[in-house]
Amino acid sequence: MIPYGTLFFFYVTAIVLLPALILGILEKPIKLYGLFASVLIIGLLFSSSKTQLACLILFYLGELFLVKTYLMIRQKYPQRWILRLYIVFSLLPLALAKWGNIFTERHLGFLGVSYLTFKVIQMLLEISDGLIKEVKVLDFTYFLLFFPTLSSGPIDRSRRFLDNARDVMPRAEYLDQVALGLKKVFMGAGYKFILGSAINTYWLGKIPEGHSFLHTLNYMYSYSLYLFFDFAGYSLMAIGISYFLGIKTPENFDKPFLSRDIKDFWNRWHMTLSFWFRDYIYTRFVMASIKKKRFKGRFTASYLGYLLTMTTMGIWHGTEFQYILYGFYHGALIVGTDFFQRKSGLYKKYKNHKAWIIGSTFVTVNLICFGFLIFSGYLFK
Amino acid sequence: MEEKILEILEAISGTDEVRNDRDLNLFEAGLLDSLGVIELLVGIEEQLGIKIEPTEVDRKEIDTTNKILSYIAKR
Repeated sequence: MIPYGTLFFFYVTAIVLLPALILGILEKPIKLYGLFASVLIIGLLFSSSKTQLACLILFYLGELFLVKTYLMIRQKYPQRWILRLYIVFSLLPLALAKWGNIFTERHLGFLGVSYLTFKVIQMLLEISDGLIKEVKVLDFTYFLLFFPTLSSGPIDRSRRFLDNARDVMPRAEYLDQVALGLKKVFMGAGYKFILGSAINTYWLGKIPEGHSFLHTLNYMYSYSLYLFFDFAGYSLMAIGISYFLGIKTPENFDKPFLSRDIKDFWNRWHMTLSFWFRDYIYTRFVMASIKKKRFKGRFTASYLGYLLTMTTMGIWHGTEFQYILYGFYHGALIVGTDFFQRKSGLYKKYKNHKAWIIGSTFVTVNLICFGFLIFSGYLFK
Repeated sequence: MEEKILEILEAISGTDEVRNDRDLNLFEAGLLDSLGVIELLVGIEEQLGIKIEPTEVDRKEIDTTNKILSYIAKR
């Protein structure tokens, strides 16, 4: 069974959501049932691959061990190097999934490993910050294995997620939420299975072999649109299904092709990923740099932070050259944009004029699509 | 304390708009961004001794001067 990929998945999900709906209407907590449903669905998702299931179970046990022991150690030993060591350990399964083929023929990953890793690292960092003071096994399990977002996000945050999971909504509010969720599921299905598929079949898939300028341009726009409708569609469905379980999974896309500049784009595209990188890499790097006075200029740390963050984001997608370049490309664009906006009198004077907004939106959308062209690997084939 | 926070905000945004229009959305007006938030948190920690972790506070809680002042006052 492939999540969001087959009709069977939607049948099973619909059946599994029914008891949740009844609990919600009766104003009873859905949390324990949601956990049971997640384990059930995961069982079905991985029933065809014993290796994947074994990897997931080992991953779950290992990360639970890390979070629990770090929570204890952190009380007495706040040293940064311990946190760093724990993060390295928590990243091991992801590293094995990406590079395990060096040692073994088998693929040592499982569906969703990179997304689940984000959730664990977020918890470790917030334990270190003193924001998370206790982690119950059931809470950890539900947050990590929550099935609607298991395979590709959106990436939720543990404190936010558990607030929702503990909360019992009044009936009217729950039903409003469910109605909105249902709307999102249908909208998402329309995005992914109608618009995304149509673009893939009738445009992207129809581009003749051989690279010419026109073919490349065609590929660039069709691939970008396909990527958006496919992923935004998936995200809407995942968010919509979460609502049935009383979890308000955060939005992932907000009209990204209407971004005014590249910084704006990253507040609109795959938001849960970019906010994760912003909060846990960029902010932490820049904050530490300012406190330790690592650099002289006010913006040096920020610019290095952008390059570091976006390149890491690229590498997270994969270690192939196109992904690293994609990350660096966006890092460089953000730095360039930031520099321009701080220095340019022209920008300061005209930034709120209609013509300027239209012009910069047009330039931005083309820069974005060119980024996706790099990402697609089409240029290197 | 209020005066100190206003000074920090002025230094970050480079304008006294933050003082004059205290309900202005600082992110939408381009007066506060990712770097600005960090400088604000570091400034508050260094000058007022109040430590706020970056993911402790949501952007919506500190998007105007008034909200920032009341957030700090509650600490």
